[in-house]
Amino acid sequence: MAGEVVVVIEQENGSVKRASLESLTAGARVAAELGAETTAVVCGAGAADAAAVLGAHGAATVVTLDVDPADANAAASAIAETAGPRSPTLVLLAHTNYGKDLGPRIAGLLDAPLASDCVELSVDGGSVLARRPIYAGKAVVNVASTGATLVASVRPNAIRAEERPAAGAVQAGAASAPTKGLGAVLQEIVQAAQKKLELTEADVIVSGGRGLKGPENFDMIEALANELGAAVGASRAVVDAGWRPHSDQVGQTGKTVSPQLYIAVAISGAIQHLAGMRTSKYIVAINKDPEAPIFKLADYGIVGDAFEVVPKLTEAVRELKAAHA
Amino acid sequence: MKIVACVKRVPATDTRVKVGIDGVSVDTAQVEWVINPYDEFAVEAALQIKEKAGEGEVTIVSLAPPEATKELRTCLAMGADKAILLSDPDASSRDAQLTATALAKVISELSPDLVLTGKLAVDRDQGQVGSLIAAKLGWACLTEIKALEIADGKAVCERSGEGGNREKYDVALPAVLTCTKGLNEPRYASLKGIMAAKKKPIDERPADLGEARMAIKSLELPAERSEGRIVGEGAEAVPELVRLLREEAKLL
Repeated sequence: MAGEVVVVIEQENGSVKRASLESLTAGARVAAELGAETTAVVCGAGAADAAAVLGAHGAATVVTLDVDPADANAAASAIAETAGPRSPTLVLLAHTNYGKDLGPRIAGLLDAPLASDCVELSVDGGSVLARRPIYAGKAVVNVASTGATLVASVRPNAIRAEERPAAGAVQAGAASAPTKGLGAVLQEIVQAAQKKLELTEADVIVSGGRGLKGPENFDMIEALANELGAAVGASRAVVDAGWRPHSDQVGQTGKTVSPQLYIAVAISGAIQHLAGMRTSKYIVAINKDPEAPIFKLADYGIVGDAFEVVPKLTEAVRELKAAHA
Repeated sequence: MKIVACVKRVPATDTRVKVGIDGVSVDTAQVEWVINPYDEFAVEAALQIKEKAGEGEVTIVSLAPPEATKELRTCLAMGADKAILLSDPDASSRDAQLTATALAKVISELSPDLVLTGKLAVDRDQGQVGSLIAAKLGWACLTEIKALEIADGKAVCERSGEGGNREKYDVALPAVLTCTKGLNEPRYASLKGIMAAKKKPIDERPADLGEARMAIKSLELPAERSEGRIVGEGAEAVPELVRLLREEAKLL
């Protein structure tokens, strides 16, 4: 029988992050094809409370680790110590902040390759194949481990979480005492004035470009995003001009996103931007210039002045919500 | 303070990708090469630390084909003291483990106090070389920093957390830090810097690579999106857009 599929889960007080359920879904599918067991590994307080939902999504075993998930060094060694003896064929994480931090450390400890930010995992002749965009999405590669184990992180929103009932039997894992005083120690978290939706995990994104003329006009983008429950993105030009923080930038040298709906407002569509959002399910473009490259990618385009179209769209969404409330 | 900045040369971000004849690599024949944008932040941060301290040494290390002396010369012109080129004709398609192994070997010889590099190279988008170097050396690591100061023998860093939060860390040295946009504005080389760089040493040696851990089975271009449509012009087109989003895309 093939070595196990181990999926690293992100949770807070027993509530599992959606991106982790997506990774678990991908992992359980691969395990079913390989005839392997699926084990979920959960760190931190409330880990055992996550067992039911993890079982429902395909985890035969749920290993809980008494380690602070915020201490990436300690978490990575505990997870590697859990995964190693199971001779895993595949170790999966979500490509979130947490997964980006942990993935390379776990891969380093297991001495296995890490395929980061994958959009698909499949089985080909008994080995696991990971599909991942490169050049921010201008090309795609299919990669495999040359050894027994592949570590992979799964792009949020790329795979839909689905239920696959399994035992979800809880096992307390052994975590050796973390080494204190080594490494990066979190001193303080400065809370954002308003909680921001992560761009890479958002279902809907409204992005603004230089056509908005100034940072104050992002109020209009925020208002539309607010009605849609969307995250706010920006083009590189806007970030370089200092109108928005870099964490809002979509595209090469920014974030690559795959929401259900991407609304590009006053963004002409430089190749670097298009690469980073082209895998969105639906793309809407609002731009004054009918020749703007963004229209080539957009499912629906409106040629017009953002200052007229966006408030109207915000109002229409508000009315629609009121009518269906 | 001894600082190493690891850089990679990558195709400029406006490059259109063409699949190479072997079907697993990018055709780089016509490509314009640049220093990976995130690595420029690392070089700038290293120079600023040295300048602020008034002493120290900044060494650039790169796994690259021999032609990359051009990009290394640019780093020297910005103000770095010397460069080491780990010569590897296939550097751009190496997996992260191989790259990190080769870099970590040289870094452990140099035994710096701090290693800085970009959070990711914009060609292969792996985002793991920095963390892997730290894992191989057993050093502390913090990724995607956007603020950095050296105080009391440690690195005081800040990065973005979940939900727009800002996280502040103290990192024990020696450490590997990976840099993201917002950390600084990389300088342009001055004429004086360019002249000085001509006399600075670039030590070229063969890269000590191990066995590849990852195999690229195929490389392809993404599927074309089907041609979209213009719904209409101006604010009058909004009701039709909302109808399409609702009835066709089933989104609202």
